[in-house]
Order: sequence, then structure tokens, then C-alpha cells
Amino acid sequence: MIKRMFIFIILALLAIIFFNLASNYSESSSLSKLGHYYVEKGPQEIGAPNLVTAIVVTYRGLDTLGEVTVLFISAAGVGLLLRRTRRRPPDEPTQHQQSQKQRSKKIISTHKAASEIVETATELLLPMIILFGIYVFMNGHLSPGGGFQGGAIIASGTMFLLLALPESHLSRLMIAITESLSGFSYVVVGVLGVMLAGGFLDNRFMSLGTYGELFSAGAIPLIYTFVGLKVGFELSAVLDRFRQEDNSEDSGSV
Amino acid sequence: MTIPVLTLLTIVLCAGILVGGLLAVLLDSMVSAVISAGLASLFASVVYVVLAAPDVAMTEASIGSGLTTMIFLYAIRKTQGNTEDKE
Repeated sequence: MIKRMFIFIILALLAIIFFNLASNYSESSSLSKLGHYYVEKGPQEIGAPNLVTAIVVTYRGLDTLGEVTVLFISAAGVGLLLRRTRRRPPDEPTQHQQSQKQRSKKIISTHKAASEIVETATELLLPMIILFGIYVFMNGHLSPGGGFQGGAIIASGTMFLLLALPESHLSRLMIAITESLSGFSYVVVGVLGVMLAGGFLDNRFMSLGTYGELFSAGAIPLIYTFVGLKVGFELSAVLDRFRQEDNSEDSGSV
Repeated sequence: MTIPVLTLLTIVLCAGILVGGLLAVLLDSMVSAVISAGLASLFASVVYVVLAAPDVAMTEASIGSGLTTMIFLYAIRKTQGNTEDKE
């Protein structure tokens, strides 16, 4: 009963908040002062046609570093939680447990079979998905997208692979090395900005190049490549952790 | 008075988000609920494109409707047997 009351009170408070937000809303016809600055000075200072990227990577670079850190912590948490259950020492399987294990294995193996069409399509599409992810983070300063989006697309490719070919094996060492190296390089590029240019994650220590070309906008392509690799491999590692747990469970009964 | 096509599209898509969200809450089967949550995300990502925020739309489409759904499904399989929401 009290739980119900709480739910209704919270709902009412949320309704008040949203009502206030909605009633005070009016479409603004001009940019704010800060927005004006970004739009006018952004292309000259940063050299990136995609203004969103210019803001996310340089003006608000620390926020992006924070987001990458949050993602890293959650991936580490998933790794830690799922590893603990795996490390539990295997106790002697009783008759009952064994039959249960065999049953669960049967369920899993029926779930696992992917059709020929799915497998062939994956082999055909996977390189293109990965390539598209790389395209998205390399062109983050030119077109919509960037490190996070490209990384998420690469992780979707991994998801596709794990779904269609469940027997495939991802090298955990390779994932860990790539992820740590790209995260480290990201911070190194940020510190280079402090030493050679105006501040942390300043992209102007490399030449801005020709406006609108692939290798332009200073260090932004470099930064986004590192962010993209880090996010992509991190999310792939999370997916792999979730999947591997299933495999280790039924490989224990063999 | 005629409604612009874009506004109509936005309204239809927002209705889709609402339906997806409601289904995610109301459906009994865990798997169907997760799928409807992914569907709501998919509609949301199209709304972002219509509202001229392609950067956000890409994230929403790949993470919101792709990876999150998949991770939820893996998690459901891990907690086998509890496929129904018990009050």
C-alpha cells in the first residue's frame, strides 16, 4: 500500500516537472550567445565542417573523456561480475545436476543453430559493416557520426558475428591490448594539446589542413579514431563476456 | 488547414514510441517486452533523423535498438526459467 502511494507521489511530481517544462517552452528564433560563438568561430578555430564534432571533441572535450571513462567503468564492471560466477570452483556434479546440465545444454544447442542463409549473409556483410563503422569515425569531422557512433556500429558487427557464428572465437588479449592502447593514446593526444596548443584536447597542434578534406581539422580524425576503436572493442568485449558465460557453462558438463 | 507531412510523420513515429514503451511495460513475456523496448528505440532514432539530429540518431539506432536488446536477451537466457514477470 505504501509502495503504491510512493509510486503515485513520484508520478505526480514527474507530471508537475514535465508540465512546467512543456508550459514554459517556446521556440527560440535566434541562437544563444554561446551558440553564436560556436557557429561563427567554430569553422575557423577548429576547421571541422560538422559543428557537432567540433563541440563534442574540442570545446567539450573533457565531457567526451568522461563519457569514455563511464563506458570503460561499465565494461570493467560487466567483466568483473561475470568473471566471478565463472571462477566458482566446480562442485561434484550430482545425478540431478548432471541431468539438468544436459537438459540446459540441449536447449542451448537448439538455440544456437543458425541457418545457412544467415551464416552466408554474415560472411558477406560483416566486412562491410566494419568498414562502415571505420568510415563513420574517420569522417566524424565531415559528416554526422563520430567515435561513439562508429564504435557502436563496429560492435553491432561483432554482435552479428556472435549471433550467426556462435562458435567463432574473439581473442580477449587482442581486445584488451587494442582497447587500452587506444584509450591511452587518446589521453596522450589530449596532453599533447596542453603542451603544444591551447589546452587539454586542443586539436590545433596539428595543421588544420584544407577545410572539408579527410585529413583536416587538426587532431580530430586521430582523436575520433582512438575513441572509435576504444568504444568498438569495449562493447564487443561486453557482448563477448555475456556470450562466453553460456559457453563455459555447457562446456563444463562435457 | 493542412498539416505538413513532416509533422504528421513525427506524430506517427512518436505514437510508435509510446506504443513500444507501453508494450514493453505491459507484455508478460520477457522476450517480447525487450523486443518492444528495442522497437521504441528504433522509432526514436527515426524521430531524431526527422528532427535533424543525425549524430544522435546513429547512436540510438545502434546502441538503443541493437546492442541493448541483444545484451538484455543474453541476460534473460542467463537467468533461465524466469521468463515471466511475477508480481
